[in-house]
Amino acid sequence: MEQLILKNITAGYPGKSNIISGINAGPFKPGVITALVGPNAAGKSTLLRSMAGLLKAQGEMQWNQKNILHLSLREKAALISYMPQYLPQDIELNAIESLISALKASSFDQISVRLPEARKKAFDVLEQMDLVELAMEPLNQLSGGQRQMISLAQAIIREPAILLLDEPTSALDLQHQVAVMQLVKEYAAKGKIVMMVLHDINLATRWSDELLVLHKGKIAAHGKPNEILNASLLASVYNVNAIVETLQSGQIQVHVESLIK
Amino acid sequence: MTDHITIQHTARQQAEEDFHRLQHKRKWIIGVLALLCLTAFCFDIALGPSSLAIKDVLIGLFNSSAVDDGTKVIIWQIRMPYAIMAVLVGMALSLAGAEMQTILNNPLASPFTLGVSASATLGAALAIIAGISIPGVPDNWIISVNAFLFAFASVLLLQAVSKWLHAGVGILVLFGIALVFTFNALVALLHYIATPEALQQVIFWSMGSLARSNWDKVQLLTIVLVVVLPFSFSAAWKMTALRLGEDRAAGFGINVQRLRFASLFRISLLAATAVAFVGTIGFIGLVGPHIARMLIGEDHRYWFPASLLTGALIMSLSSIASKMLIPGVLLPIGIVTALAGVPLFIYLIIKKGRRM
Repeated sequence: MEQLILKNITAGYPGKSNIISGINAGPFKPGVITALVGPNAAGKSTLLRSMAGLLKAQGEMQWNQKNILHLSLREKAALISYMPQYLPQDIELNAIESLISALKASSFDQISVRLPEARKKAFDVLEQMDLVELAMEPLNQLSGGQRQMISLAQAIIREPAILLLDEPTSALDLQHQVAVMQLVKEYAAKGKIVMMVLHDINLATRWSDELLVLHKGKIAAHGKPNEILNASLLASVYNVNAIVETLQSGQIQVHVESLIK
Repeated sequence: MTDHITIQHTARQQAEEDFHRLQHKRKWIIGVLALLCLTAFCFDIALGPSSLAIKDVLIGLFNSSAVDDGTKVIIWQIRMPYAIMAVLVGMALSLAGAEMQTILNNPLASPFTLGVSASATLGAALAIIAGISIPGVPDNWIISVNAFLFAFASVLLLQAVSKWLHAGVGILVLFGIALVFTFNALVALLHYIATPEALQQVIFWSMGSLARSNWDKVQLLTIVLVVVLPFSFSAAWKMTALRLGEDRAAGFGINVQRLRFASLFRISLLAATAVAFVGTIGFIGLVGPHIARMLIGEDHRYWFPASLLTGALIMSLSSIASKMLIPGVLLPIGIVTALAGVPLFIYLIIKKGRRM
């Protein structure tokens, strides 16, 4: 079975000490959504960016017994898609054009994906996500929520086996948070691995199957929310007094009471 | 449920039709731009100290034996190299500007604003004032060759900064602006030590003028454009994807570093050649792409050709204006483009400022 395992991943920015070191985690399985949570500067985005190939990293990223950490960006693009936090605001392209260019981007794609196919696929994705009415909208005129959904469409149009999302819901209102998360869930349900950085721990427990808690560049805990989340973990990682409660639905809810003095 | 599916389907069909129509409209816009360029080009040839009728120009262009010798000489030997040079320089600077704006992710980037013109002026001033000669280069080419070398070097310097300092695009833009000031200061220093004759020559050079055109230069610039264009156009998809953000583009499998390097190389060829032959011609590389973007959007498959044409059109119109503004006087075209370009530049800054 296809699965992803991280072995001893170490990464940082040139000239500075490593931000994450010796990360061992996995296996991450198809259909499972994992939320990367932890305080600021814990290394969540660094881990995600190393996996995407945007940051040089040492270690191994095993996919079907093969180390894919050091593949070229072009080769990685066939397997992994990375969605940055924001889509620039001042682009004079409409939504459908942005999707087509996402498909035709690398020279490899230009040979393998013909333009009519790319166009069809772009409309298909919008249709599946129920966003067809945005197809002809210029990106610079979309609302924040709409922009984020088109951004997600750009990330999944290549149907990557591994989808990496950097704070997909930051700056979104409640309605759009749910809308984006639902689309992410639908994508995972197709048998894809989804890993996303989230700041809001309750959003993470609500929408992900597993949590990967990072603290100071190391893994503090990894597992199902109801199995790993407890007051002492939150105290040691976030430095807060918190109550972890299980709702009737089985969902985990975190109430933060105060800072630990 | 069925209703929902039908609505969805028609919504999709509608969107697909709209998209198809938009593509069509863009091809039309490009066609109209080309036609306008051609018209402006003909007027550019017709107008001058001895005005020709447009009819005679057309006849002279397509069947030169049907017009009298005087008209033939005016069209083919006097005005044609200028008029073609105007078009080619407009194309080269505008395309260079378009590429620069995309790879530096900045709508205010252009060869003029990032120091290419200023360094060409420095090169030319050195050749004129210090009287440098380069072995193997004929005397009447020294100024152009030196201007080219300096302009080319300034873009290489930008590349080096980007590569070795791992500088982001914001730093690159600021570095380019610093280059402008540095080169201007060095040119001022040369002015200070120059003889009055040399000074006059340098100042005239830096104004930017088509009066230095000849068929050899036209040929060279044509070759540069013909060589560079296919590479620019084949990078169109990647450049469009780059507009969605550097990390995102890398996630699509684009080697952004390499894309930026290749583009800067094309920019240096285009801008350095154009500036070397005609001097400082400001704002075409800024305004041309911007007008094209307003007309056609940023799908680079259309935006690049449209930028070529808007650049050519603005230059042709400026060339006409430079003959018409003061009757009997041929103003250096750089003055005309700068006067027309500055208000637009300010407008862009204000618009950009509001968004930030």
